[in-house]
Amino acid sequence: MKLPIYLDYQATTPCDPRVVEKMLPFFTETFGNAHSVTHSFGWQAEEAVELAREQVADLIGAEAKEITFTSGATESNNLAIKGLARFYGTRKNHIVTVATEHKCVLEAAARLEREGYEVSVLGVKPDGLVDLAELETAITERTLLVSVMGVNNEIGVIQPLAEIGALCRAKGAFFHSDGAQALGKIPLDVEAMSLDLLSLSGHKLYGPKGIGALYVRRKPRIRLAAEMDGGGQERGIRSGTLATPLIVGFGEACRIAKIEMEEEGKRLKRLRDRLYQGIAGRLEGVSLNGSADKRIPGNLNLSFAWVEGDQLLRGLTDVAVSTGSACSAATLEPSYVLRALGLNSELAHASLRIGLGRFTTEQEVDFAIDSIVGAVERQRAQSPLWALHLEGSELVDR
Amino acid sequence: MIYLDYNATAPLRDAAFAAMTEVLRAPSNPSSVHRDGRLARRRVEDARETLAAALNAPSAGVIFTSGGTEANNLALTAFPGRRILASAVEHPSILKGKIDAVVPVDRHGVIDLVALDEMLSADKSPALLALMLANNETGVIEPVAEAAALAHRYGAFVHVDAMQAFGKIPVDMAALGADSLSVAAHKIGGPQGIGALVLADSDADLQPLLVGGGQERRHRAGTENVAGIVGFGAAVADLGDVTAEGARLANLRDRIEKAALDELHGVTIFSRKVGRLPNTTCLALPGVPSQTILMALDLAGFAISAGSACSSGKLSPSPVLAAMGETTLATAAIRISLGWGTTEADVESFIGQFVTIAQRLIREHKAA
Repeated sequence: MKLPIYLDYQATTPCDPRVVEKMLPFFTETFGNAHSVTHSFGWQAEEAVELAREQVADLIGAEAKEITFTSGATESNNLAIKGLARFYGTRKNHIVTVATEHKCVLEAAARLEREGYEVSVLGVKPDGLVDLAELETAITERTLLVSVMGVNNEIGVIQPLAEIGALCRAKGAFFHSDGAQALGKIPLDVEAMSLDLLSLSGHKLYGPKGIGALYVRRKPRIRLAAEMDGGGQERGIRSGTLATPLIVGFGEACRIAKIEMEEEGKRLKRLRDRLYQGIAGRLEGVSLNGSADKRIPGNLNLSFAWVEGDQLLRGLTDVAVSTGSACSAATLEPSYVLRALGLNSELAHASLRIGLGRFTTEQEVDFAIDSIVGAVERQRAQSPLWALHLEGSELVDR
Repeated sequence: MIYLDYNATAPLRDAAFAAMTEVLRAPSNPSSVHRDGRLARRRVEDARETLAAALNAPSAGVIFTSGGTEANNLALTAFPGRRILASAVEHPSILKGKIDAVVPVDRHGVIDLVALDEMLSADKSPALLALMLANNETGVIEPVAEAAALAHRYGAFVHVDAMQAFGKIPVDMAALGADSLSVAAHKIGGPQGIGALVLADSDADLQPLLVGGGQERRHRAGTENVAGIVGFGAAVADLGDVTAEGARLANLRDRIEKAALDELHGVTIFSRKVGRLPNTTCLALPGVPSQTILMALDLAGFAISAGSACSSGKLSPSPVLAAMGETTLATAAIRISLGWGTTEADVESFIGQFVTIAQRLIREHKAA
């Protein structure tokens, strides 16, 4: 067993070796610019790009023409939200999103708010799920867009996309979803979920970093103002030379996910439950953040009473986990996602996000149980709060 | 198949390939604080320093982007409120932006500094001048240092698109007087999908194009493309002596041009009288559409192009040549561009076939 053990699959995933092998020839042999129309280097690159486009589309029930490649989910989310608003103008000037969305969705909405849009940021229920009745009330005839992520990056909960999509359809609002964490983890179907825009990422499903896509519905056609102008690639929606090897890798990652998602999910659920029972069975004061059943198999988010999350992380040298989203990890602020569930600042601080994935083994899970339990016990041994708890008195009301 | 279209994209250098394959096999989100994340972070920072050193720029000024197009778009939108001036031969990633005034070029494709001076003095509102260091189609090297000095006298901000120049001639950001400069990895034998906007003043407060997780010192959100960045750094480190490599390529390029001038009656070589990149030649055969010669050369095993790859789908007349006043020849232009993998044997083989094919096509089109 190689240390450290990687259990941070929601931050990023290793490239699947099968994906790497598919990519390599496109770095060296078929290295052409996919937009070169005058020679075979360009044609071969273009052919590979179009195959990958079909593979990505196939995983979400879309058509290849509806896939626009981007540099990743952050760019896709920016393009979807700002691009839509800037194309359709301010005739409808209201956007609805949710407090637990990824930073880039919230920041893109905030940018539009400064430009005169009205933005409603809805809270979530204590299990992390959107309250559909509240959402329905929030959507008005002025609502241009509703943006709700498929799967949360910190707590792994699965939002009811089909129900949300149906609501949006009925109320005449466009529906965008950040699908970065959902793609390849749960079945996605742009028709069944009435999605108009769906952001996708390569590196969250064993593909390379630096590549993503935006699904843009064609029937009826959704229009976007480009965020990047230039050579007019990707039907003018997104200029810039396509990164052929990355696109090939992304396509292969989607092809593999389509075949293996179901079996992999069952295996991960078994491992995840083993991990949870192993930890919660040996420690008191462990709580699971977010819905237990509306949750992807590869995620656990746990709060540990009477410990400090950052110190806990430092005590876990051989297990790579995180306290929340990787993007803002360095800031070490308590997670706004956990705060949105109603956790107090202590418990939000004392949390670990544990992400299991394709290469996680049972042996690693058992090692992680021992490491995490040991680290928590060591932290608690030094904690005056823990000592008070053992004496039967509490300083703070939990 | 011999590849002579390096200005469209260059094959990946072995050093970059080796560095990238290593990264691709390890999980690493550089924003994660655990050990794997910290290792990824260090690799990204090493690449940042390598790139900054090669450009004589501060490493904190390097903002990695998804490529040159994004870098140019960011440069144009980062400092809102300035009117934007751009030369007529800029790349579409500049010209398709919100340009307020286009600075003309002369018949060689060199920016008209007198016109620039007039445009800057006529309107004293804060300006941003976007100027490429070298043109992607003709290889013309623009007088950027002179233009920048002029623009700075009027308080303008100077953005330099160094996409084609970097790796082909020395690029010294400080000597050029560039306030910002854009580069793309895949033009120098690094990977596609990674580039950078480099700021001379790393504390400059800019408005980001992509917002979100706050990566790249809040200038560019999105999980870093670690393999791409590492590959970029490795490609930069592998450039070696750019001047010596330039001399090698200039010698090969000049052989192609000499053969064309000696053997092909009526051939036009664009911008030959002015300073150009050592690897690029852009020429037109009398009466032969570029499509015709390109297809014939592709069948003969040579990959070249009619100019910019981006505007693909159809081969339209080159706007760069049109800006130089070359309206009739703009549909006949072809671009041959050499690079790190081009050998003397490649060029000799090309010259032999090219001359034969071109002579036949010129004859056929004259008869028709």
